[in-house]
Amino acid sequence: MNIRLISYILGWVLVIEGLCMQLSTIVGLIYGESSFIYFLIIGIISAILGATLVIKKPKNPTMHLKDGFASTTLSWIVLSLVGALPLYFSKSIPSFIDAFFETVSGFTTTGATILTDIEALDKCMLFWRSFSHFLGGMGVVVFLLAIIPKLGGNQSINLMKAESTGPAVGKSMPKLRTYAALLYSIYIGLALIEFILLLLGGMNVFDALTTAFSTAGTGGFSTYNASMGHFDSYYLQTVVAVFMMLFGVNFYVYILILTGKIKQILKLEELWVYLGMVVASTVAISVNLLSYYDTFKEAIHQSFFYVTSIQSSTGYAIADTNPWPEFSEALILILTCVGASAGSTGGGFKVSRIIILLKEIKKEFLLIIHPRNIYTVKSEGKKVTHEVARNVSVYLSLYILIIIVTTILISFNGFDFTTNFTSVLATINNTGPGFSMVGSAGNYSEFSVFSKIVFCFNMLAGRLELYPLALILIPSAWKKN
Amino acid sequence: MDIIIVGSGRVGRTIADHMNNEGHSITVIDEDAHALEKLSDTQNIMTIEGNGATLGTLREANVSTCDLLIAVTATDELNLYTCLIAKNAGVKRTIARVRNPLYTKDLPFVKDDLKLSLAINPELLCSRELTRMLKFPGVEGMASFARGHIDMIKIKVEEKSPLTNKKVVQSSHMLKDGVRFCFVERDGECYIPNGDFVIEAGDLISFIAPSKAAAKLLKSLGIVSNRGRSVLLLGGSKIAFYLAKDLSDAGISVKIIDNNKERCLELSESLDDVLIINGDAMDQDLLLSEGIEHVDAIVTLMNTDEENLVSSLYAKQVNPKAKVITEIGNLKISSVFENLPLDTMFNPKRIAGEHIMKYVRAMHNSRDSEFETVHPIADGKAEALEFRVRKDNLVTGISLSGLDLKEGLQIACINRQGKMIIPKGSDTIEVGDSVIVITKHKGLTDLEDILR
Repeated sequence: MNIRLISYILGWVLVIEGLCMQLSTIVGLIYGESSFIYFLIIGIISAILGATLVIKKPKNPTMHLKDGFASTTLSWIVLSLVGALPLYFSKSIPSFIDAFFETVSGFTTTGATILTDIEALDKCMLFWRSFSHFLGGMGVVVFLLAIIPKLGGNQSINLMKAESTGPAVGKSMPKLRTYAALLYSIYIGLALIEFILLLLGGMNVFDALTTAFSTAGTGGFSTYNASMGHFDSYYLQTVVAVFMMLFGVNFYVYILILTGKIKQILKLEELWVYLGMVVASTVAISVNLLSYYDTFKEAIHQSFFYVTSIQSSTGYAIADTNPWPEFSEALILILTCVGASAGSTGGGFKVSRIIILLKEIKKEFLLIIHPRNIYTVKSEGKKVTHEVARNVSVYLSLYILIIIVTTILISFNGFDFTTNFTSVLATINNTGPGFSMVGSAGNYSEFSVFSKIVFCFNMLAGRLELYPLALILIPSAWKKN
Repeated sequence: MDIIIVGSGRVGRTIADHMNNEGHSITVIDEDAHALEKLSDTQNIMTIEGNGATLGTLREANVSTCDLLIAVTATDELNLYTCLIAKNAGVKRTIARVRNPLYTKDLPFVKDDLKLSLAINPELLCSRELTRMLKFPGVEGMASFARGHIDMIKIKVEEKSPLTNKKVVQSSHMLKDGVRFCFVERDGECYIPNGDFVIEAGDLISFIAPSKAAAKLLKSLGIVSNRGRSVLLLGGSKIAFYLAKDLSDAGISVKIIDNNKERCLELSESLDDVLIINGDAMDQDLLLSEGIEHVDAIVTLMNTDEENLVSSLYAKQVNPKAKVITEIGNLKISSVFENLPLDTMFNPKRIAGEHIMKYVRAMHNSRDSEFETVHPIADGKAEALEFRVRKDNLVTGISLSGLDLKEGLQIACINRQGKMIIPKGSDTIEVGDSVIVITKHKGLTDLEDILR
């Protein structure tokens, strides 16, 4: 491992985080809250500490894949540790592990909370929670790549690989820096449009901003106990639902729209499968909910909102879904696991991986029927290389392994199986709400400290897509040779 | 015309052969002295040893006064480059063979910049023809005239066919107007039938009909025109690639068996919805397990004629109902195969050669602007020619019965302002018509040539 290079990147992360905290300082000052001081001081210390690490550039800027993985993973851990400090010191969240859980949940855009009374928090604290979604959604390292010239040298794509979602991370432009900047511009642009639409629907600036942040990162932290249910408006809820769906789309689609290559969009398999799943699930669940809600319109509205919320891994709620029928719950759990598209800000297993796996299954059955069959698995019209196919298969194994082990670990709490299992799924897929105790109206406050650490692991593993986090646990990765 | 052919491979030789016989002056350029020697020993042509893409060699062949250069070397890039050099050196027209599917697709994009008159892709032409055969099983051959408004269709007359043992005049009457029986092949002999000619089972008859009516007509003749739903391709050649693509696009299920694993991988990458099997297409067990007994059609596209023949015979044996199409590359011994119980054979080189010949003949005759297209019938024993009448001449305005036509020649149809006329003795040819003539005479270039 190139320790010097990793610490250089961590330095930049600290600087960026310190500066971002000043946004909360401003919010605190506007609302006249004394707790702004924590953001000011911790932010300044963080920035100064980071600056000492970045003053001198590392002599060897070579970034191998393992360095990229390690620096990204450590960045996320440092980001969460430092990010938890204002919540902890201000006594907004008195327990450090709770504060850490909340911050990990924020940066990984999970949106699972340990808070029972969200509205009791100061505005600057709520702002910081929502802003962590925004920074974590597209990724802090991608942000660094966009603003810092020559970060990671010619191998900078290795940094991107750890943080971006999907089985095969690439760039559609020669220079990674311009590409990262473009991704962030689209990200901010879309969030801005949502912000304006929410303002037009009568939200105040603070609510519109935090909601836009949270939707953009597909996070799910709300500033109200009733989540999006607080806003009793079809318009507002529908705007949020549509944007949750949009942020679950591969950002490559928006690049194609911006460059006028509309025809290519029609051929994007993953996009249509993703949208198809949203539509099909919405219809299925609304039919299932007909007996539960008075009107078909209400059933469709409830169904569409929760489907987009879960599949994009946001986790906003407008109703308690615990009493929903079994079929709807099962479908929602499946959507939790499938998740959003590759190259989006959403979590989950990713639609493109599912498509590749299904085609691999088809290939296997073809081989049984025609033992000498030659079949090329393709994704978006391009051949899926053996390496990517293997990576996806192993990803599935690792994914299931982590779910099994952590479900067992969570079971020590003695809660019911639905709670244990769905809480594990909701954290590793970065969704937030599960069912039973952790349902859309529940929270994670009752779990033991140990369980919360396990959840933090799950959330980070899910956001970084398993491999990077698993890698830093392997000792031989740290050996020089 | 003075014609330079660069490349003396099979297509090059075929074209040289044909054009020499039509009286053109041919110069063949190739780097292989041995191949050239063989060619100049058997043909009355000039040969130059050298690289056809160099100005020196081309000047040696008097490129600047030539009418046409045909580049048919093994590589596409070389062919295109040769044409560009030759064009700049002053040749009037150029034809290049381009076989790479990726290049073929993009050619219209650069054809003008390359100053190319014609680009031909033999494999693509073949697959087009095969696709047509498979979409209309029971149809032996098809050609279109009058810019696609009229088809000439060749079918084999079965025992049960409504045509069997009937006079042509009866059959024409039964099928109503709009059909003209214009050619019959029987036991290796060719006939241009008159009304009293009796059609027998086993005859291969060619008739002309409006394109729109073709499908309905085939149905009424008992030739099922609903497509073969499943096709098995033995051999994964370039033709197989194009054919599989065309067929699967038309909703037909296609299976390819090829022995070369690399080739199978290539095919599976570029073909969706086609089942690719890596195995020996001469292996009975494999063929049976892949359902050769149940498919609707089998096309053999392997490297050697021997493999194609043997597997076709086998296919016919285990699945007599299927349409079997056999690729035969070696022209010289094709007469040997004629008595084998096989449905259809095709020769890719001949198809490519014919295509170029069509162009050359049209170009040669473009001075009079009467001659439009030529389609050879029965392996070139006869031809269907299309003329466009642009001005008054010796045949216009006179009733057909009053014309003193050559032996073995028939005016098959007159196309007047998009309407197809089956000519009777009282009809006349007018300016503006296009006329299709069936003839056993070779080298007709002008409509007036039909007169004795």
